[in-house]
This record gives sequence, C-alpha cells and structure tokens, in this order.
Amino acid sequence: MAGFDKVVTSYTEALEGLEDNMTIIAGGFGLCGIPENLIAEIKRRGTRGLTIASNNAGVDGKGLGILLEDQQIKKMIASYVGENALFEAQMMSGELEVELTPQGTLAEKMRAGGAGIPAFFTATGYGTPVGEGKEVREFNGRHYILEESLVGDFSIAKAWKADRYGNLMFRKTARNFNPMAITAGKIAVVEVEEIVEVGQLDPDEIHLPGIYVNRLIQGTFEKTIEQRTVRSA
Amino acid sequence: MALTREQLAQRVAQEFHDGYYVNLGIGIPTLAANYIPKDMQVMLQSENGLLGMGQFPLDEEVDADLINAGKQTVTMVPGASIFSSAESFAMIRGGHVDLTVLGAFEVDCQGNIASYMIPGKLIKGMGGAMDLVAGADNIMVTMTHASKSGASKLLAECTLPLTGKGCIKRVLTDLALMDIAEGKFILRERAPGVSVEEIAKLTEGELIIPENVLEMTL
Repeated sequence: MAGFDKVVTSYTEALEGLEDNMTIIAGGFGLCGIPENLIAEIKRRGTRGLTIASNNAGVDGKGLGILLEDQQIKKMIASYVGENALFEAQMMSGELEVELTPQGTLAEKMRAGGAGIPAFFTATGYGTPVGEGKEVREFNGRHYILEESLVGDFSIAKAWKADRYGNLMFRKTARNFNPMAITAGKIAVVEVEEIVEVGQLDPDEIHLPGIYVNRLIQGTFEKTIEQRTVRSA
Repeated sequence: MALTREQLAQRVAQEFHDGYYVNLGIGIPTLAANYIPKDMQVMLQSENGLLGMGQFPLDEEVDADLINAGKQTVTMVPGASIFSSAESFAMIRGGHVDLTVLGAFEVDCQGNIASYMIPGKLIKGMGGAMDLVAGADNIMVTMTHASKSGASKLLAECTLPLTGKGCIKRVLTDLALMDIAEGKFILRERAPGVSVEEIAKLTEGELIIPENVLEMTL
C-alpha cells in the first residue's frame, strides 16, 4: 500500500505515460527553479509534438532550450522568449508555433486551470494584439478581455524540499511559476532537492499541499545562473 | 543638453515617496534604485516573486535561487518577502503597487504605449509589461524623445503593436517630462538647457505648452 507516498525512484517512472502531442505545464523563471532533470528526461524519451506552457523557453543548450534541438516542441506558450537563438530561428521559419502571453495572464491561466475556473476577465492585453478575437466586457467603466485557463496532461516543476506525501516548500525566487504549474497538470511531477519523512515539515510552513502532487522525485541540480551580477565589497 | 541615463534615473527617483512599493523595469528604471533618498523607505517589487529586492550580491553571496526579473542575481533587504508569480501579479493587477516605471519604443497622446515588439525584427515577448501597464494607476514611462535619426517617439498614434491602451499618464524623456491628458501631451518640465521649441519640434503628437515650463532640478 503506497497510500499518500508520492515518491518515485527513477526519472523514467516519473514521466511514465508522457506521449507525443501532449500538453505540459512547466515551472521556472528563466533558468531559475526549472525542473532540469525532468526536461532532460523528456529529451531522452524523444517525445514529440509537445505543447509547452512556461514563462520562458530556456536558453540555447539549457532548460527547455534542449528540447528544441530535436524539434520536440510544436507549440510554446510563454511571455518572454528572448534568450534563445534556436528558438528564434524555429519561430521565424514557422516550425515552432508561439503564443506570446503576458506574464501575469500566464500565471493566472495556470492558477485558474488548477482551481477549476475555465476562464477569467483581465484588463491585461485589452486593445493590444493579445486581445484580438477575445470577448470584451466592461466592468465599472473599464474594459476587460476573456482569457481561457490552462490545463496540462502533465506538469513538471521543481521545489526545494518535500515530505513523502508531496507537501512542498520552495526556496527564494525559485518558487515563481512552480506552485501554479503543479496545480494545472493532470499528472503533476515534481523534483526536489530533499525529501524528508512525513511529519518533519511544519504544516504552517508548507507552500503547496501534497494533494496537487502525483509523483515526487529527488534529484541533483546544476542551477545555471543566467546573469551573474555582483557588486564589489 | 539631453539628460544622460544617470540623470534620467535621478529624475525618476524624484517620483518616489516614503513608503512606496515600486516596480522598476529593466534598464534606466532599475538605475533609479541608486537614487532613493537616504531619508526615505522604498520597497522594490520584482515580478518574478520578490518584494524587498536589495543590491547585487557580493561574490560569496551569489545564490542561483535568488534573481530579479532581468534574471540577474540579487539580494533581499530585511523585511523582504517571497511569493509565487500568481501572487506577484495579483499585487500588480490588483493595483497594490504604488509606482511602476518602465521603458517604451513609442507613446502616443491617447496614452497608448508600444514597448514589446517590432514586427519582423524583434519578437521577444512582453514579459510582465502588459500586466504592469494595465494594473498600475501610477506609471512613468522613460525613453529617449526621438530616435537616433530624429524621428519623434511621442506620437499622435503609435505605429507598433500596443502593450497597453490609454494607460500612460506620465512620460519622462531625455528632453522633457510630460503628462498625458485628454488626448494631448502637456509639457511639465524641460531638461536643463533644452528649449521648449526643441521639445515641440521633436514631439509629433499634439503638445500643450503651459506658460511656465520649469527646468528640471537634478
């Protein structure tokens, strides 16, 4: 009896059932807090035709960028894709479909998707290319557009610490999109730096309850820094 | 003389008030953090999920899990807090951030802003800019007044895809500070040594010139 124990011991097992043409919701901001080993596993599996919702698309050779190398991504839903030459080339040639989505709208699409809310109105994007073709409603004299939420076949995310039930804690700005991404996946797979026994985390300190997590795996992380910026003493 | 980047940042900082929560965009807006008056408390919001952003870290303090919206390593000030992207944009869209400062390619006298895309040339995405301009009441745009070839960026109507519609009320350029109201630019301040005529010549949208246009003090 596994009960609430979500721990799996291999990355193969973690992504079992991931098939071509599925939709994946991914956590991370830039290369910060990305599920780097789960992304590497998707590359290893060679899954193709994927639709991926993630704030960014990694950089050349890092993060989701590695899935572009073998054209595994069909469509990218992201707010900012400016750090990736291969991405740009595939977008310009039409190989890769891109749905540029405002960052807050993207976060809310994931949050709402995970909370069973199919769509929401927001002022963001009204009167811009993002609002084209979308329903407009006026509330208290302001215009809002209707945005549909996102639900994925899988979500992949990274947290700092977990107990075996999948109760999660994140660390600093590596939290970013991870909590919402997890809630928006039908099968939510989370990799963490440390797994502790049940009862060792203070319930008041848990950032995301284990109910949202289906599979949990402990990994080691490279944690590449995109813009190392320091001051002198 | 047109304002330098540092002088623009200094003028931006004059918009700060004690107790303000402020979101500063990448570039010149970020530089304004260096000019927060000593007798004032300002808390910087970074939309990737940090309120209370501090200075860049010392070499030994660098933490891959602690970055700003420009993906640069940063530190936190005492009293900082961390939250998810959804929470971050809830505070932005909910109007809880007191001041937002961001750059642009074009602004027009209807308060429209274009800042994220040049079709065929630059398609990197809007990041959080569309949420910031739609959510904040108090927004300052910083930009150069004209392109290098002398084409006005303060237009009657933006030519590039919009980031936001009718949401900009204040623009600071290297030549002038302007408000936008009722479909017109209103000249409020001119950069030291820059004439009203020079500003008028480089402003394509309709410009109101009040009798007394102050020279900026920096």
